[in-house]
Amino acid sequence: MQAEEKFTYETWPASPEKATLEAKNKFLGFWLFLGGETVLFASLFATYLALKDKVPNAEQALAKDLFELPLVFVMTMLLLTSSLTSVYAMYHMKNYDFKKMQLWLGITVLLGLSFLGFEIYEFNHYVHEFHHTFSSSAFGSAFYTLVGFHGAHVALGLLWITTLMVRNAKRGLSLYNAPKFYLASLYWHFIDVVWVFIFTVVYLMGMVG
Amino acid sequence: MANQQPTSGNPRVDIEYRRKKSAEEMRYQVITFALMIFLTLVSFVAVGYGEFSGWFIVPFILLLAVVQVIFQLYYFMHMSHKGHEAPQIFLYSGAFIGAATVLAFMTVIWW
Repeated sequence: MQAEEKFTYETWPASPEKATLEAKNKFLGFWLFLGGETVLFASLFATYLALKDKVPNAEQALAKDLFELPLVFVMTMLLLTSSLTSVYAMYHMKNYDFKKMQLWLGITVLLGLSFLGFEIYEFNHYVHEFHHTFSSSAFGSAFYTLVGFHGAHVALGLLWITTLMVRNAKRGLSLYNAPKFYLASLYWHFIDVVWVFIFTVVYLMGMVG
Repeated sequence: MANQQPTSGNPRVDIEYRRKKSAEEMRYQVITFALMIFLTLVSFVAVGYGEFSGWFIVPFILLLAVVQVIFQLYYFMHMSHKGHEAPQIFLYSGAFIGAATVLAFMTVIWW
């Protein structure tokens, strides 16, 4: 099958994300990258767990003073829902419905943006209300590195999906760009996987003490 | 075979089959989403309630997180489909090294 070939709903293959050799290679390479990302985030989690609440003096805020469940809950719901909307986008991609795929990707981007907005508010709040900064303690460094790295992944994911949407807006779906959309959505799900551990290990376990 | 083009020789039948398959898959994914929301709610309520001891609640919410991540990987990221043997090797190797790292850091760093 040719990557640039024009398709109809009837001729569109069942697994467009793996229909060409290039797509197969991308698929394999991207999963290898996700395996590496797992190790990267695990090392940041390990650092956080080892340095949690390690502060130089009693005036510094600890995890249980900082975190508030309602904010984290809203952020979790936003990211979890954006994971479902990107599943919808891939459903329409497989049905060769470019417009609906773009629509659901757009909704995913909006949800991701609002997540990022809440995270910026959160960090700003910790810095100004609690003087909990990147350099105030080992706890602060470990916290901002872990959660900030995740936030940077969200920002990169948004940039990636938006770029794909703009770049392919007039092209429609082909076997050249379908694997790209598919991998961007895998990346987005992976970001949600990491967040599940962040809200559990950092926020919920932080509240428990 | 999940998500593979069937070859009945009749394109019309194949399209019908695929349409049904992907609608069915979508339904599973919505159920998965509902379960993930439910697991998240249980974790937050269990911690927010504030009556359980840390010795119970930490393993409990970690277990819920692992279950939720398995849903995400196998349904949202399609790892339950055929042709995901290499992704499984990559991801589980990563998770194994990651677990060893967490264990090492938590036992070696003591101040």
